[in-house]
Amino acid sequence: MLQDKDRIFTNLYGLQGPDLRSAMARGDWDRTRDLIAKGRDWIVNQVKESGLRGRGGAGFPTGMKWSFMPKANPDGRPSYLVVNADESEPGTCKDREILRHDPHKLVEGCLLAGVGMGARAGYIYIRGEFYNEASAIQRAIDEAYEAGLVGNNACGSGYDFDLYLHRGAGAYICGEETALLESLEGRKGQPRLKPPFPAACGLYGCPTTINNVETISVVPTILRRGATWFAGFGRPKNAGTKLFCISGHVNRPCNVEESMSIPLKELIEKHAGGVRGGWDNLLGIIPGGSSVPVLPRSICDTVLMDFDALREVRSGLGTAAVIVMDKSTDIVKAIARLSKFYMHESCGQCTPCREGTGWMWRVMTRMVEGRAELDEIDTLEDVSKQIEGHTICALGDAAAWPIQGLIRHFRPELERRIGEYKQRAGRSALAAE
Amino acid sequence: MSAPTGIGAAAQPSHFAFDAENLARATTIIARYPAGRQASAVLPLLDIAQRQCGNWLPRAAMDYVAGLLDMAPIRVYEVATFYSMFNLEPVGEWFFQICTTTPCWLRGSDQVVAACERKLGIHVGETSADGKFTLKEVECLGACVNAPIIQVNDDFYEDLDGPSTERLIDELAAGRVPPVGSVIGRQKSAPDGGPQVLKTIPPRYEWTLEAPPAPPAGSDD
Repeated sequence: MLQDKDRIFTNLYGLQGPDLRSAMARGDWDRTRDLIAKGRDWIVNQVKESGLRGRGGAGFPTGMKWSFMPKANPDGRPSYLVVNADESEPGTCKDREILRHDPHKLVEGCLLAGVGMGARAGYIYIRGEFYNEASAIQRAIDEAYEAGLVGNNACGSGYDFDLYLHRGAGAYICGEETALLESLEGRKGQPRLKPPFPAACGLYGCPTTINNVETISVVPTILRRGATWFAGFGRPKNAGTKLFCISGHVNRPCNVEESMSIPLKELIEKHAGGVRGGWDNLLGIIPGGSSVPVLPRSICDTVLMDFDALREVRSGLGTAAVIVMDKSTDIVKAIARLSKFYMHESCGQCTPCREGTGWMWRVMTRMVEGRAELDEIDTLEDVSKQIEGHTICALGDAAAWPIQGLIRHFRPELERRIGEYKQRAGRSALAAE
Repeated sequence: MSAPTGIGAAAQPSHFAFDAENLARATTIIARYPAGRQASAVLPLLDIAQRQCGNWLPRAAMDYVAGLLDMAPIRVYEVATFYSMFNLEPVGEWFFQICTTTPCWLRGSDQVVAACERKLGIHVGETSADGKFTLKEVECLGACVNAPIIQVNDDFYEDLDGPSTERLIDELAAGRVPPVGSVIGRQKSAPDGGPQVLKTIPPRYEWTLEAPPAPPAGSDD
């Protein structure tokens, strides 16, 4: 188990204040100027060597992402850092804890990431529902300005860096980075075609890097404690510590920071008091937020919580939001509710997603009752694959995967319901004669 | 409240303008974006307008924001209808947004919805006759380890069940606002019963850079 001394988010549970003074006592803003003085390349190299991969779901190597940003801006366009705080993936509630309890980790991380990518300004885009969390971040930004930590000559380093908060207004799709940029520019949150990629043409047509809250917030600690320290947790290519959100049918749902590659079973038993009714009462787990396929108990017994291990079992680490379902769960209904979510959140831009998410939800609603034909299971899977990969952004994929996971691991349950429905219908037809 | 949702569905005021305080807020927000990019402020400004109107957004307010930001009104209507947090018709004093997405559903959001409907005698999507409460079903609110959750205006009430939801409604109806957050007294998102890790916050880490940084001019350390 990860020891307290190796935890980055020491105020995860809000036992202390989020204010600047308390944050400094926890080690934030400690000689930040010295870190900036090491220079842009040093910062990017440290982040590369640490093995940090993006914490927002896709797991792209962070240092490499920063290195895509232009070294100079000969045409006079500024570069921007945009922080994705639009946390909305069902199951995921980790960034909220950073935003309200450790906001200075994010603010300091923005400055250091800004130096690393050559950005002179940053925007934190936070979901509108997080009103109190937005207030906490705004207070932290104001404190940092007042103390000279950001703004002109940030931390006395000679580097100018402005940081602003921007509140969204309720749209899951704005967590997709180009939809977020559209929204930040004052439009409907509909994803952009790539290329051009944001690093070349992002916010206001300027070079932009979008990073998740957790990704940015771990950077100051990585720079202080060293890339090797961070890389020492987890398996190779799956480095670091990670915030996990454990929800659903466990005895004590919670957020916790743990080492990457911790076995799923150990994570749940050590931190969440185990599955309700014991591990034998487990039906399945969605290991990385609603978008990744569900895993049956047999895989949950041994799987490790990292990018590669979960990909090998055809699921994903995603946001590391572990949704636990015990044997009392109507698994078809659980997945059907996610289908409804994706239908609601589709931005309507691409036909396969706009039409397909609604179609899949309607079929899933019948599957819950068993009011379907057996061959419709294959049709449903087939249609899900027609949506996957055929849309501008990954929401179509995200809507398809939960259904594919359900069919892959729980097909007998779908078949049983269809059979029982037919039996009932047959009996009532006979009774009516 | 069976009027269809949409611009112009409710009785619309003919005029809207920010009061002095909100105009100052709007000016501060517009200054966060580069010159010529003031349209970026549309979401925050619509939010301010909605607050000034008592938690809904009449068409006159959209037109006002369009004028302030030099946007075509249709661009503002597009935004106002795209994002779920803009209420295009009036809502009750206490606006209940009940999360029913899978993590909340697994922890009993059906009972929370049922308690609201039973207690208030209205269905999801409706406002109570006294105008005090509106019920809305929403997608994931992002506090899943504290499920089930209701967002009441700006605040989250967490770890609810049927009886605690009814008590919440009783309190609000009596003019008392219960403390926000977990209704079972959890320390934020720590496990029920208290944190199992980080029971005390470890001392800050003492560090040195492996090679001393080149001191910037005027450095004193």
